[in-house]
Amino acid sequence: MRNASKTTILIALFLLGTVLFNYPLLSLFNLPSTLFGVPVLYVYMFSAWAVLIAMLVYTFEHH
Amino acid sequence: MLQGWVIVLVAAAYLGLLFAVAYYADKRADAGRSIIANPYIYALSLAVYATSWTFYGSVGRAAADGVGFLPIYIGPTLGVVLWWLVLRKIIRISKVNRITSIADFVGARYGKSQILGGLVTVIAIIGITPYISLQLKAAATSFNILLSYPVLSVPPPAASIPILRDTAFYVAMSLAAFTILFGTRHLDAAERHEGMVAAIAFESLVKLVAFLAVGAFVTWGIYSGFGDITRKAAEVPKMAALFTPFSGAGPTYASWIGLTVLSMLAVMVLPRQFQVAVVENVNENHLKKAIWLFPVYMLAINLFVLPIAFGGLLHFASGQVDADTFVLALPMAEKQELLTLLVFIGGLSAAAGMVVVETIALSTMVCNDLVMPLVLRIKALRLAERQDLSGLLLTIRRGAIVLILLLGYLYFRFAGEAYALVSIGLISFAAVAQFAPALFGGLYWRDATRQGAMWGLSLGFIVWAYTLMLPAIVRSGWLPASILSDGPLGIALLRPSQLFGLTGLDQITHALIWSMMANIGAYLLVSMMTRPSVIEQAQASRFVDAFKLTGVHGAAPLWRGSASLAELKGLVSRFLGPVRAKEVFATLATERDLHSVNDLEVDADLVHAVERQLAGTIGAASARIMVSSVVKEEVVGIDDVMGMLDEASQAIAYSHELEEKSRELVAATRELQAANERLKELDRMKDDFVSMVSHELRTPLTSIRAFSEILQENPDLDPAERQRFLGIIIKESERLTRLINQVLDLAKIESGRAEWHVGVVDLVQLLRNAADTTASIFQETGVELVLELPEHPLAVTADEDRLTQVAINLLSNAVKFSPTHTGRVTVNLREEGRAARVDVCDNGPGVKAADRELIFEKFRQAGDNMTGKPHGTGLGLPISRQIMTHLGGHLWVSDAAKGGAMFSFTLPLADASNLAAKEWPHDQESAHC
Repeated sequence: MRNASKTTILIALFLLGTVLFNYPLLSLFNLPSTLFGVPVLYVYMFSAWAVLIAMLVYTFEHH
Repeated sequence: MLQGWVIVLVAAAYLGLLFAVAYYADKRADAGRSIIANPYIYALSLAVYATSWTFYGSVGRAAADGVGFLPIYIGPTLGVVLWWLVLRKIIRISKVNRITSIADFVGARYGKSQILGGLVTVIAIIGITPYISLQLKAAATSFNILLSYPVLSVPPPAASIPILRDTAFYVAMSLAAFTILFGTRHLDAAERHEGMVAAIAFESLVKLVAFLAVGAFVTWGIYSGFGDITRKAAEVPKMAALFTPFSGAGPTYASWIGLTVLSMLAVMVLPRQFQVAVVENVNENHLKKAIWLFPVYMLAINLFVLPIAFGGLLHFASGQVDADTFVLALPMAEKQELLTLLVFIGGLSAAAGMVVVETIALSTMVCNDLVMPLVLRIKALRLAERQDLSGLLLTIRRGAIVLILLLGYLYFRFAGEAYALVSIGLISFAAVAQFAPALFGGLYWRDATRQGAMWGLSLGFIVWAYTLMLPAIVRSGWLPASILSDGPLGIALLRPSQLFGLTGLDQITHALIWSMMANIGAYLLVSMMTRPSVIEQAQASRFVDAFKLTGVHGAAPLWRGSASLAELKGLVSRFLGPVRAKEVFATLATERDLHSVNDLEVDADLVHAVERQLAGTIGAASARIMVSSVVKEEVVGIDDVMGMLDEASQAIAYSHELEEKSRELVAATRELQAANERLKELDRMKDDFVSMVSHELRTPLTSIRAFSEILQENPDLDPAERQRFLGIIIKESERLTRLINQVLDLAKIESGRAEWHVGVVDLVQLLRNAADTTASIFQETGVELVLELPEHPLAVTADEDRLTQVAINLLSNAVKFSPTHTGRVTVNLREEGRAARVDVCDNGPGVKAADRELIFEKFRQAGDNMTGKPHGTGLGLPISRQIMTHLGGHLWVSDAAKGGAMFSFTLPLADASNLAAKEWPHDQESAHC
């Protein structure tokens, strides 16, 4: 991360996002069970979303 | 308690509050203390993306589809990641070019094309109409539901009630009035609306708070947390299926991807998003925070969608309440009056925010890119000559707002009932997504042409209309349903929802795939087949190289023409009013460091600045028309560009020449300086020479005079003594004569006026003659002279007299410095390569190394002049050297082998045939003495 330009990091994050919110990763969480009382798919969606946002925050606030 | 008048009052009060916020922000902006110039307001204003579709529709979608509502927000989150690269570039370009809307942007990119701007506007209006109808539907429905509080009822279909009793109509008209009051109170010179942005940011906050409040109430007020709702939902098979929506109940992966891509594009190309994200952007650095704040907002507003959906499904019997109204119905069913009111306000907020920004953006587009270019072209209206057009601009914009809302209402009334909220919105998304290829392609692809963009947009839009708009019209009953089921004219391949037999996709993804294929395909193909015009190329490089170009003034386009300052002033004041116009020109003068506006020079730069200023008000295309109406612009064709290039290359050639000349000048100056130095040196040498000659002349003169005086004053002097004195006088006179002769001689040689009689000379004979001439001196001093000369003659080219002079000078010098009686002078002559060499050696004290060059200078003699008696005039050696140099030989001094000095000279050999030809031996070695 030290040497990567902001452009590189952002493109990498975009690619990460497209993988996280796409088939086949989504199919892994398409399960009838729950986690913390919430369907697994929803837990995954919102946590992946939050992680992506956290990385954006890191990129823009720590550089 | 919640009677009709209360609801209307609350709604009116809320809109009044929004208006107050906007008014305050405008006042602050006028005072130069903007409240919106910070990244938080910017991020909140971006949240105008969340409309009543989000507020009411997401829950409806979730109740049917599970996660199906999420791509609409995940797509933008992914897109936002790239905003720092893409949107920042759009913002930069828009600021430099004073872009007023997305139609303006696309038109400007492709050569300030009015047709393209108009096309984008038309597509936007038709495409956005369903979206506006969605807001009207949501607002009207929520109002009708609230009216029957606390009884939950399904409102009758809108089409069945007369327009004048239809809530949606009144909602549309009051929103139109509100927007007109809001966005077109006065015509800004700037394209920005500070008050609107502040109000939008405020309403974004309100709708978020309202949604979180109802979400928290449902989750923890009605049920006891997420777990409780999930557990209860898991017991209902229909809801349990929503846990795994990809297994059949909800979206397919294809539609998931389709919606993600669609909303990723929409969040940038929707006219209202372009308005708040680009046009209203105060500082591009606000993006840094907005890039993560906006996704945070979207995440937060979606957090409770699922619990509310599940809660609603659990709470109401199937079909009793439309899932799109769960957000409002749940607090109503629980008799939470205030919360219900808050939700209503939140929903109204979301709808009003969207409608205000969207209609302002669209009305700007209609005015700048559709109506103005048309009316300005109609010569009969003589608009170009009217003094103040700002009123006309406002009228056009207000009319456009009313018209757009009426269109939205009509769509709602005739087609809206057939679809859920989200489905209506997605139709609009697919329409505006058609802008994406031309917009993003234009940012990075230099060779994209106007024709390519035209074809891409047109075909994409036609396919969109066929695959999405046509089915909507069919479903509302205006066209026979057989078009959908059997295809037009019974051609099954052309069924709008399964075009060319493509099945297995939802309607939106199906339309997206076909329209994008047509759009991108035509855009690429036609761009590659057509040639961009000069202005297209100029605009292309300004857009593509936006990050490379710095400043506004460096970006003056290809322009040639003439205009008067008064005409430009008149033009600006017609559109901005005289007061603003004065300010504008004062600013322009200040930027150029001029004291008075009248000092402004009408050049390409100024005309361009005026055009940009106008573009901020009436759009790039119209501004161009208006400016060219007063500027006698020459059409810049390829020939002119070639001419300009020619001029440029000529200028470059001239400057090269100039550089060359100046380099020569520097060299000449340096030479002159050197010559000047040399002259000064010569002058100094002449002075030295004159003073030295005078000094040398004075010495013999002094002694002549002294002895003459003695003789005069002593007539009775002893005859012997007298004889001696007269002898001295004669000797000194002779010396004086010799000195003067030598000075004259030297002067002659040096000035080149001496006469030379150059011929072939036998050096052997010459040396013998010189030895004979000086024999008497040798005898007097008792110095032995040894001649080592070859037997045969040695021919050189020389002046015989002058060369003899040199030989005699060298011999007499040798005698002078040789010790009397024991002295021995050797003269050696031999051939050395192509030259004859003569060495004259003595056995005197020799010449010190330091003096060896000195003695060849005038009046310089070796040794101490003060103590030792002078041995000569001090001119013999300098003259000898001059002679030798002139004859092409060398004269120098070195140490003799047996001590003493050796003076040597060389002379090139002459052609031997000129003398008696003879075979000469070549056995002479180096120095023999």
